Amino acid sequence: MRSRASVANGSWSVAGMALRSPVIVAAGCGGTGRELAGYGPLGDLGAFVTRTVTSDPRPGAPAGCVAESPSGLVHATGMPNPGVDHVLATELPWLVTQGTRVVVSLAARSALEAERLAARVGRAPGVGAVELALAPPDGASADLAVGQEPYEAAAMVAAVLRGLPSGVPVLAKLRSDPSRVVATARAVADAGAAAVVVGDAQPAVLPDGRLGGLSGPAVRPVALRCVRAVRAALPHVDVVGCGGIATPDDVMAGLRAGAAAVEIGTALLHDPTTAHRLAAALREETP
Amino acid sequence: MSTRDPDRRPVHVGGEILASRGHGAHTHVTILAPSVAERFRPGTAVAVSIGHPAGRSRLARRSYWIHEARPMGGRGLAVGIVVKPRGAGSRWLAEAPVGTRIDVTGPVGRPFALPRDPVSCLLVAHEHGAAPILPLAQRLRERGCSVTMLLSARDEAHLMSARDARRSARAVTVVTADGSVGLAGDPPEAITSTLAACDAAVVYAAGPVSVLHSVAAAAQDHGAWSQTAVEVASPCATGLCHGCGVPVVDEAGSPRWARACVDGPVFRGDRLRWAELR
Repeated sequence: MRSRASVANGSWSVAGMALRSPVIVAAGCGGTGRELAGYGPLGDLGAFVTRTVTSDPRPGAPAGCVAESPSGLVHATGMPNPGVDHVLATELPWLVTQGTRVVVSLAARSALEAERLAARVGRAPGVGAVELALAPPDGASADLAVGQEPYEAAAMVAAVLRGLPSGVPVLAKLRSDPSRVVATARAVADAGAAAVVVGDAQPAVLPDGRLGGLSGPAVRPVALRCVRAVRAALPHVDVVGCGGIATPDDVMAGLRAGAAAVEIGTALLHDPTTAHRLAAALREETP
Repeated sequence: MSTRDPDRRPVHVGGEILASRGHGAHTHVTILAPSVAERFRPGTAVAVSIGHPAGRSRLARRSYWIHEARPMGGRGLAVGIVVKPRGAGSRWLAEAPVGTRIDVTGPVGRPFALPRDPVSCLLVAHEHGAAPILPLAQRLRERGCSVTMLLSARDEAHLMSARDARRSARAVTVVTADGSVGLAGDPPEAITSTLAACDAAVVYAAGPVSVLHSVAAAAQDHGAWSQTAVEVASPCATGLCHGCGVPVVDEAGSPRWARACVDGPVFRGDRLRWAELR
């Protein structure tokens, strides 16, 4: 299997991008990059996925939108971001100088908006890839197009590809729903996605009843099952594992299940040095 | 950052509980946390992880104001925090035995801004809000400021030591709701009268929103600046999760959510949207 070969020779790639490490910072869990860079150089990591960027600024939500659940966090932060203009003017130029692959996470209200957003982001210098958030768990409340059905997800991917300049790949981030993930992955791959990220948070509710997503080790076995299913059904598609990865053993389990790389999310919120520790552990693992 | 400035950025380290002592309703916990204490400025906090690392199921961090940076003999500086046992996390921390290993991130957050000139300052602390206020008093005194302090609490058990306060303040007023120590009364009245008496140019405060709001309003009426330290649960405490949004107006006057953990916990009183802050 390719992933075993990768561990043995220390070479990693996702969607045609060569990566220094299989450890990637998940969308929305590394801030603007500056917060995380204080704990270790971003250049030591395989890639940095930005917080999800939308056309218009989104202010976020008041305290209480992230709650503890056993071995997990339930969150409904409303995708806080200053909007694409601000991100392109201020956050991205700094991020692309940090020596890591920069993947810009995008979400939009419609296919047309996604196409326009991709056109702007894809032309920004230094952007390695775009990750399309197709299943944000609080997407409905945040007024975003969610790829509920495989054909909807495929239409969003096609729209993003229409906007992007050639050579900028699309990673489609799907929900870790074992009953539909293979169908959705097939649809987005057929539409041109170069990789699928499996997956986003599990739909959940906050203690106050707001819709949100559950992330963290609590969902890891589900995400792992989805990675394995997609890999088995679509061996030609790169899979990025995401969901509850916190230890070197978790990374290895993801790679063994067929993931080309893994994204670290909730674990960074518990310990901001997690991604760097995992990347270092993987370096020791490879000769 | 200029090369002359010391590095004040937070670090994430493995720490160890060196001492844990109950004082009334609070537990004072001393944690050895290499290079955290050296970077401490009043108003900043440490975020700690709850539970033993193996099998840890509580993922949100717990933030505590740093109360003191304390030399521990040959072991360097330790940070002292004041824990009010409330939920499962704070109870675990208050009961953790000496020697417990604990992951610590700090110092996190923006400290109290200090006045350039030696002006008169009023410091207001409610209950364990005195944790950041007492070291601030010392810092202000070192700068030649005249410090007046107002300590309030529901009762004597919840009042932090006024003896420490008297070392750095010119005058200390103690108010308890039940009158068990000091004057009987509520913080808002005491704030107004103390502020009028000391004619402070800056009012610093830490405590619940109701007290901070009274401070901001009184300062505004008096023409003084206010610096208020909010206590908001911050799930990651590093600015990553956006789970501790505080309603503010930015410099342009536009409303936005600031992160209590890294944009605060200290905010100018005139920047907070009090009606939305609960």
